[in-house]
Amino acid sequence: MIVIYSIVAALLLTALGGALLAWAVERFRVEGNPLVDTIDEILPQTQCGQCGYPGCRPYAEAIAGGDEINKCPPGGQDTINALAELLDVEAPSLDAEHGEEKPPMVAVIREAECIGCTKCIQACPVDAILGAAKQMHTVIESECTGCDLCLEPCPVDCIDMVELARPQVWPNPQLIATDQRGQLEATP
Amino acid sequence: MTEWIWILVGTVLVNNFVLVQFLGLCPFMGVSTKIDSAIGMSLATTFVLTLSSAVAYLIYTFLLAPLDVEFLRTIAFILGIAVAVQFTEMLVRKTSPLLYKVLGIFLPLITTNCAVLGVALLNLGKAHNFFESLLYGFGAALGFSLVLILFAALRERLARADVPEPFQGPAIGMISAGIMALAFMGFGGIGAP
Repeated sequence: MIVIYSIVAALLLTALGGALLAWAVERFRVEGNPLVDTIDEILPQTQCGQCGYPGCRPYAEAIAGGDEINKCPPGGQDTINALAELLDVEAPSLDAEHGEEKPPMVAVIREAECIGCTKCIQACPVDAILGAAKQMHTVIESECTGCDLCLEPCPVDCIDMVELARPQVWPNPQLIATDQRGQLEATP
Repeated sequence: MTEWIWILVGTVLVNNFVLVQFLGLCPFMGVSTKIDSAIGMSLATTFVLTLSSAVAYLIYTFLLAPLDVEFLRTIAFILGIAVAVQFTEMLVRKTSPLLYKVLGIFLPLITTNCAVLGVALLNLGKAHNFFESLLYGFGAALGFSLVLILFAALRERLARADVPEPFQGPAIGMISAGIMALAFMGFGGIGAP
């Protein structure tokens, strides 16, 4: 009997507590500042921290709170212009204190030299480095944001930043075979 | 009426939860480095302790005692406290962003403050009624706040003092806490009941 009563009591308590919390989550939902979301979308999401904040989202919150909009080197002038338009302010030039605008970069590990220490994996803010302890690591190029954060922790300095070969505009769609035939014929 | 005053005096000074019963020591050491955070912690703890002693009383009287399953009280109280804290956090966040900013991360932290569970269990041991339980929780929180804020003020001064090297950091904090506990034992014996 006591077993049943204990189960009933525990069930009642958890059900009541759960119901109360579930109701409260809906009832007292807090809408975040929609401006922060919009700003966050404009920022490049490199999570590099060059602005002085721990990531893009905190910087977006800071901008919504009135911080300068020219602290994002990876985004460069394009991002500043977009932010200026959104916030209806004059577009300043990039604040050199936080770094300079560079072409899109990607990290490449010289794999023969990698000792498998996992330090760069822990430093990567977007989990773009693949590897395990004492195994060779490599960078997933499509995930890498080129933030430089993996360079400093590497004990053997085997990470290079190279300019991204990927074109920054979408390439034209691949021609289908019959179109290509015509193209081939056109070229001597 | 005098009974109630004795409960307050007893919990705040004579049987102070931190320095005499040694409950809630981790926030006492952890959050006392700055007086601002100590005040935030005190406010949040006062709120949660009072609320949770009421919740624990209700759970015990209307659920555990009628079903004759008093042995579930520890786990039931923890559940009740956790729900109460979560609920409070949501409510505060919605109704008063300013207060939410002050209490901030302290609210969820209090769930694990053993003084909260201690108050609930001690209320049972002393067979308090609903109002006495509330008062006991409130008094315990007042005592906690008093000691925490005093100690934070002490530590702010200690930070600037010329402390010998072996005593620097937490060591001097522990020693000052011990001396403070000794001082609070001077209240022992006030109001025999």
